[in-house]
Amino acid sequence: MKNFFRISFLIALFFGFQFNSNAAEKVEYLKTDWSFKGPFGKFDRAALQRGYQVYQEVCSSCHSMKYLSYRNLVEEGGPEFSVEQAKAIAASFEVKDGPNVDGEMFMRPGRLSDKFVMPYENEKAAQAANGGAYPPDMTVLVKARGGGVDYIYSLLQGYEDPPAGVTLDDGVYYNKYMYGNKIKMSNQLSDGLVEYSDGTNASVEQMAKDVTTFLMWTAEPHLETRHKMGFKAIVYLIILTVLVYFSMKRIWSRIETKV
Amino acid sequence: MSEHEYTPKSKVGKWFNDRLPLLTLANHLTDYPTPKNLNYWWTFGGILTFCLITQIVTGLVLAMHYIAHADMAFQSVEHIMRDVNYGWLIRYIHANGASMFFLAVYIHIFRSLFYGSYKSPREVIWIIGIIIYLLMMAAAFLGYVLPWGQMSFWGATVITNLFSAIPLVGEGIVTWLWGGYSVDNPTLTRFFTLHYLIPFLILGLVVLHIWALHVPGNNNPIGIDIKKPSKDTVPFHPYIVIKDGFALLMFMIVFAFFVFYTPNILGHADNYIEANPLVTPAHIVPEWYLLPFYAILRSVPDKLLGVIAMLSAILILAALPWLDTSKIRSAVFRPLYKQFYWILVADVLILGYVGAMPAEGLYLLIARIATAYYFLHFLVILPVLGFKERTTPVPLSITEPILGGSPNLAAVKKKDSFKDQ
Repeated sequence: MKNFFRISFLIALFFGFQFNSNAAEKVEYLKTDWSFKGPFGKFDRAALQRGYQVYQEVCSSCHSMKYLSYRNLVEEGGPEFSVEQAKAIAASFEVKDGPNVDGEMFMRPGRLSDKFVMPYENEKAAQAANGGAYPPDMTVLVKARGGGVDYIYSLLQGYEDPPAGVTLDDGVYYNKYMYGNKIKMSNQLSDGLVEYSDGTNASVEQMAKDVTTFLMWTAEPHLETRHKMGFKAIVYLIILTVLVYFSMKRIWSRIETKV
Repeated sequence: MSEHEYTPKSKVGKWFNDRLPLLTLANHLTDYPTPKNLNYWWTFGGILTFCLITQIVTGLVLAMHYIAHADMAFQSVEHIMRDVNYGWLIRYIHANGASMFFLAVYIHIFRSLFYGSYKSPREVIWIIGIIIYLLMMAAAFLGYVLPWGQMSFWGATVITNLFSAIPLVGEGIVTWLWGGYSVDNPTLTRFFTLHYLIPFLILGLVVLHIWALHVPGNNNPIGIDIKKPSKDTVPFHPYIVIKDGFALLMFMIVFAFFVFYTPNILGHADNYIEANPLVTPAHIVPEWYLLPFYAILRSVPDKLLGVIAMLSAILILAALPWLDTSKIRSAVFRPLYKQFYWILVADVLILGYVGAMPAEGLYLLIARIATAYYFLHFLVILPVLGFKERTTPVPLSITEPILGGSPNLAAVKKKDSFKDQ
């Protein structure tokens, strides 16, 4: 058994080692309670729906969501909009389809099977409209940033006047959480910017939290299934390990050597 | 190999076995006499076999859904994560499985270093092992390129560019590797092909590794030659099978924890950004298991010499059976070697740490000292130690220290901080 402590120690070391090597840039991010953290973490359904609303009304004018389909909004473990709601959401977008029998491309209302409509035709168009900066696709954004959800949550609230001595070019803003502190996205959130249909007070903090929760879901749509399955798998493995341990003791008791 | 002749009981069995002795092989594997004092550090061989099979099986499924094309690879990985049934599970097992594989292989290698398992008559097992390890690194690197994220792309660029350090033909080789003038679609498709090939080469080498092991038999924590079969051995089945099984389950719990609860912690966030040849990431860092060698590479100011240092750091291991001049295998009876062993472990961990840090200032200095020490350990300390070191008395058999009455008993119990049989 002593060896297991040694092995566990090595693994712990390995963990610590990783955390250390990842923590190269030290910024204290704003903290909040994420419902999806921890082994039993789940998404807050209402927060996901509100987050979708923030994404839709604020972010989506510049940021695409290209790996998400409207049908995903209905799926278990997500915002779980009703099929009717999701169909209505999809239908509110114009989707380019075709070519039809005449060889023409045409516009039609969106369906559940469509991918989220992109705000720009292509990356160049997005850059042209945003002073040369490409607003990144948001589908896996929280996984693509070192600080994850805490980083996004902080960034949205991190706009400040630049400290003395820092000069900013036109179209560049100061954000204390941004790498290098200079960001080409202006402050997007202000109190009461959206009107939540469930009556929640739309403070900057609330909107930042809701939209970040939504982005966590878009990046990890199967997070809830993963957590549930992980619990079952690990409980199963532990029970099996205990059984095998006693079988091993029994078998090795035939000879005088201990295991 | 077998100590005794085996005849199947049934007529059909005998008929078949005379034509293809599979039953003899099965019997050999079941009865294979194994030292009974093997500790849990010896269970990593079985764990590694499990890792290899897991990687092959999950990899096969991933390959059914993955598209090896520069324009579609990233998207197809997202397709696997979202739309393929349990695709997220298979991909996370595969991605974390690579890390688990390396965790296990490092423990396996360092076990061998501690107990002198690479020494005569096991040099061939050891060298095959080093080749497997090299192929694992190649497979891991190639596999990391496939999702076509930023780290994939820039990692591929950095590593392939190492070949340009070769005088005269370097540039030509790089172009040949890329299939063009930069890392692009032809690079991705060939990397995919090679990534698919290598695991099967590893599988073949694993068979040779085990075959070569079964000729002299296992080393053991006290590192002595034992008579097989004897009171010092137990048959592989059921004794070692159940023990390996138990250790494997413990390992799987750790593995499951990573897969289900922190699946991305060992990866780099930048790899969720699609590859962009026009944007270079702030820090290009390889996966954790390559960091010590990356640190060695960067600690040498000259590119060619850096590449040579990095390769030598791995290849020097192949010469280890001859660099270590001590006749005693196990560090249990080598008080000085034991201390140098732990210094080497610390040295490699330090190299891994500075490998993840920017190569500048204090980090670079530490990397240089650690690199120098790494080579010093193998080229100077080990050869000299074999002649200078006063080893403690070695027991004559495994049973002897356990049964007591031997003056070695106390020494073994006290000195051996590593085994608890």
